[in-house]
Amino acid sequence: MTGVRAAHRIAGVAIAAVLAGVSIVACGSSTGSGAGQAGAATAGGIKKGLTVYFIPKDTQNPYEVLADQGGQKALAEVGGKVVVSSGTQDTATAQIPSIQAAIQAHAAAIVIAANDPSALCPSLNQASRAGIEIVSFDSDINCGGSPNHLFINQANTQQIGTSEVDLLAKQINSTGQIAILSAAASATNQNAWIGYMKQELAKYPNMKLVTTVYGNDDPATSLTVLQGLLSAYPDLKGIISPTTVGISTAAQYFDTHKDVAAKIVLTGLGLPSQMKSYVLDGTVKSFELWNPSNLGYLAGYAAASLASGSAGMQTGAAFKAGSLGSYQVAAPSGTTGPSVVLGPPTVFDASNISQFNF
Amino acid sequence: MTTDTAVRPVHRFESLLRARELGIAIVIVLVVAITAVRNANFLAAQSVQQLLSGAALVALLSVGETMVIITRNVDLSVGSTLGLSAYVVGDLFKYQHIPVLAGFAVGIVVGAVVGAVNGLVTTVLRVPSLVVTLAMLYVIRGVDGVIVNGHTIDPSAIPRAFTEVGYRTLFGVPWLAIIVLVVVAVAGYAMRSFRASRDLYAIGSNPEAAALAGIPAGRRVFTAFVISGTLAGLAGALFLALHAQVDNSGGLGYELTVVAAVVVGGVAIFGGSGTVVGAALGALLLNTINQALVASKVSSFWNMAVAGGLLLAAIAFDRWLSLRVARGLKSARGVHRDV
Amino acid sequence: MATRARRPHDDVNTDARRARWRSAARWEVGLVVVLIGVLVFGAAESPTFVDSSTFFYLGINVGYLAIMALPMTLIVMTGEIDLSVASILGLSGSVLGLLWHHGWSIVPAVVVALLVGALGGALNGILVAKAGLPSIAVTIGTLTLFRGLAEILLGSLTVPATGDRQFPAALTNIGVAPIPGTQLSYTTVIFLVLAVVCGVVLHATPLGRAMHAIGLQPEAAQFSGIRVRRIKFWLYVVSGVVCAFAGILLTLQNSSVSYGAGTGLELNVVAIVLFGGVSIFGGRGTVVGVVLSVAIFGALQMALTQLNVQPEIQNVITGALLLISVVVPNGGEAIGRLRERIKRK
Repeated sequence: MTGVRAAHRIAGVAIAAVLAGVSIVACGSSTGSGAGQAGAATAGGIKKGLTVYFIPKDTQNPYEVLADQGGQKALAEVGGKVVVSSGTQDTATAQIPSIQAAIQAHAAAIVIAANDPSALCPSLNQASRAGIEIVSFDSDINCGGSPNHLFINQANTQQIGTSEVDLLAKQINSTGQIAILSAAASATNQNAWIGYMKQELAKYPNMKLVTTVYGNDDPATSLTVLQGLLSAYPDLKGIISPTTVGISTAAQYFDTHKDVAAKIVLTGLGLPSQMKSYVLDGTVKSFELWNPSNLGYLAGYAAASLASGSAGMQTGAAFKAGSLGSYQVAAPSGTTGPSVVLGPPTVFDASNISQFNF
Repeated sequence: MTTDTAVRPVHRFESLLRARELGIAIVIVLVVAITAVRNANFLAAQSVQQLLSGAALVALLSVGETMVIITRNVDLSVGSTLGLSAYVVGDLFKYQHIPVLAGFAVGIVVGAVVGAVNGLVTTVLRVPSLVVTLAMLYVIRGVDGVIVNGHTIDPSAIPRAFTEVGYRTLFGVPWLAIIVLVVVAVAGYAMRSFRASRDLYAIGSNPEAAALAGIPAGRRVFTAFVISGTLAGLAGALFLALHAQVDNSGGLGYELTVVAAVVVGGVAIFGGSGTVVGAALGALLLNTINQALVASKVSSFWNMAVAGGLLLAAIAFDRWLSLRVARGLKSARGVHRDV
Repeated sequence: MATRARRPHDDVNTDARRARWRSAARWEVGLVVVLIGVLVFGAAESPTFVDSSTFFYLGINVGYLAIMALPMTLIVMTGEIDLSVASILGLSGSVLGLLWHHGWSIVPAVVVALLVGALGGALNGILVAKAGLPSIAVTIGTLTLFRGLAEILLGSLTVPATGDRQFPAALTNIGVAPIPGTQLSYTTVIFLVLAVVCGVVLHATPLGRAMHAIGLQPEAAQFSGIRVRRIKFWLYVVSGVVCAFAGILLTLQNSSVSYGAGTGLELNVVAIVLFGGVSIFGGRGTVVGVVLSVAIFGALQMALTQLNVQPEIQNVITGALLLISVVVPNGGEAIGRLRERIKRK
């Protein structure tokens, strides 16, 4: 037994030595080469050679992938590069290592779609202190003003909420029971939009929101709660699903159960590529979204402009976003800090859906 | 007397199993009845169809899982396998325009290959299956992710005839449910009647004895894993038919739901006892509860907690039942001695 | 799965035990080699791996996971498993968040969160140790139940919600600043201290020997007077408290909590413990192995993220390592068996 213990002790000392070695080496090293820092400025006031870390919710979500591609296009246009880094699942803990990697690589900016409004704040604060510009897109962070960051809003938050209610109201004559099929219960965006939907519903005294169910952005869960919803509320007239997984799951169910589709109107936020067949065969009349690729493109330009010092976060500050034209920073309101709004959402219906390829 | 005591417990045991399945069936009926009192619409034909088709995939997975668990092993890779199979089939529809039946065949083959890998590593290298299949859970999801690479298979890429399998009904019964019923019936019959299937129980209840009795344990366990993988592959194809789209997240986290369904269905987690019918009913019960909660207008925040509580109740009930039966057997033997 | 299959050579005689110790020691040497390999790989390939912050970040990223791995090690040693660890982490974090949201001060809120962890562990303990139910099934049940309770408590709330106080900066600092004068995160130090305690208990006390015995031969352990049920019960309680503590640390580290905190981490924890050389059948394994396993997973994740290797590939590597960890020790035996079979033919 003593021999064994000795072996253990040796092993233990070895580990301690290795680990200590790392930290000693680590302490001794100076700051990195600053590879990501800027070179000469281009004509548009954006420096060349910027490295921007795009940190999507996960690396597989089709919507996020489109946005990342938009960002890559933007940075390519200004002579910089994008590094896409995230986990495979939508958790804050999976995004933190990517923020750390960005800090260590001395990135010029981080563009992040936050999986959690608050959990990323400490890490992003560190990044901000290291001189990295923070831009959030798709889903904002809520860190109480620190770090200073710019939110690239897909559309005015209030407008998304209200327009979905209006879209539905038009189709059901502003009358009847409606329900919401959302993503996860703690999803930041969806909760913000649902808040505005409820406000907007005050305008329609004959429309009654009976419940909100959560499909966790999982097709199977979404289908289960949708089916429960249908039997719980036989008089349901409309469903709003402000999430691409929810609306496409519901659309597939409606498509295959025409009697349900005849009674209930479905709308919300969806990807045209996923919804096209349902719109063309009349299962879904209309829904909305923005171009995720443009969103990433705008975020890319915003990040590059901030990192070059050619734009600030003060209200009214303007910057050029390549082929999208010029944008201005909107004043903070409520919990949202300085933000830039991509534009009004596009409403897709049978007349225009074939023109979109995302 | 010897023949008597030898036969009696078996009879009792079978009747217990039947009682066990009956028990779950009664609980399902109870849940439906209670929900129906609160909301009559829960009994509508469409609602019942939803209960059946909603449980179909997990029920299918739980049939294979049962066979594996009966041998005192476990297959945690079923969720990942389902996801991989669903995407590969969708990808072939989208880019190779393969025929509908080939889609099912591909799904089954993908699953069988994964199952064979699980089975080989477990049996040839004699490595605990929990570790092997946990590792495969990561590996397959990772490989799937590399193939998917942020893409998604859209409904427009999938032949209509394929997605019809996901929603068509025959005499009011969803095709999905019929497919699963057929699989359950075949598997249930096989598990009762074939020598090789009976071996699975022997391996699970006493591996040493099974080895002494000359049962080729390795081959049997390997087969169980291949069947589990095959059914997961088929479930992947059906997932695609049901949802008409798939990305990297297909079947994410299903493994624990499936094990839960199997346990609720009365399959002993340490092997040796349980039936595929029970496991399938377990899957149906879990899905029924989920839908019942929404249908009874309970806040959906309560879903998980209630499902968890029920799972614990089922496990505890199972234990209570087996203790009672053990006592019953003892007293039965006692009676015999008196006679 | 905590299968009860025992090979004939699993007798608790000294020779066998010594052999087992030797093989365990060999496994740790192997882990040291792998760790050095990972460190060399990281240093050679990633320009930022040898950065002052890497070690701190590593602690931030794996600290709370590593802490949960310690009680898991003890439980697996006794031939059981606890799949509810990540749900207890989420539940206790949610309790802390809810109380904070309702204006409690931090100390009582933390105490209640720890108590909730103890209660959760006690529920596992009662069902597994007292009622004799299979732990894998029980803890899948409590995994769902505890996560469900967390969802009921917080729902759509992320704490601090708008208008709430922030958590005390002195505590949330653990997420952004190392211990002054070092590159160690607080979680790293807490983990190492707990690891030493666990190591001493497991390898140098009668209680630890009892745990080994329970894992190797539960019946024999029972007959030799070891209070199997009581030890198992208290292990689950300890696991509950430690995981609740990890939940509190994660909440403070992130300065916030929502009900989903830590979802799905249970399998990562199990993977770390198994890769550390702890036998899933119980009775075999060391805390040193688990510590090494934590270091390897943490360093590998840092290096691969810095190199921007796709996370999908990282998943494959995690799985492959786990597979190798069980295949390599058994590979020799398997080849031997094959040879024998060929000879016989």
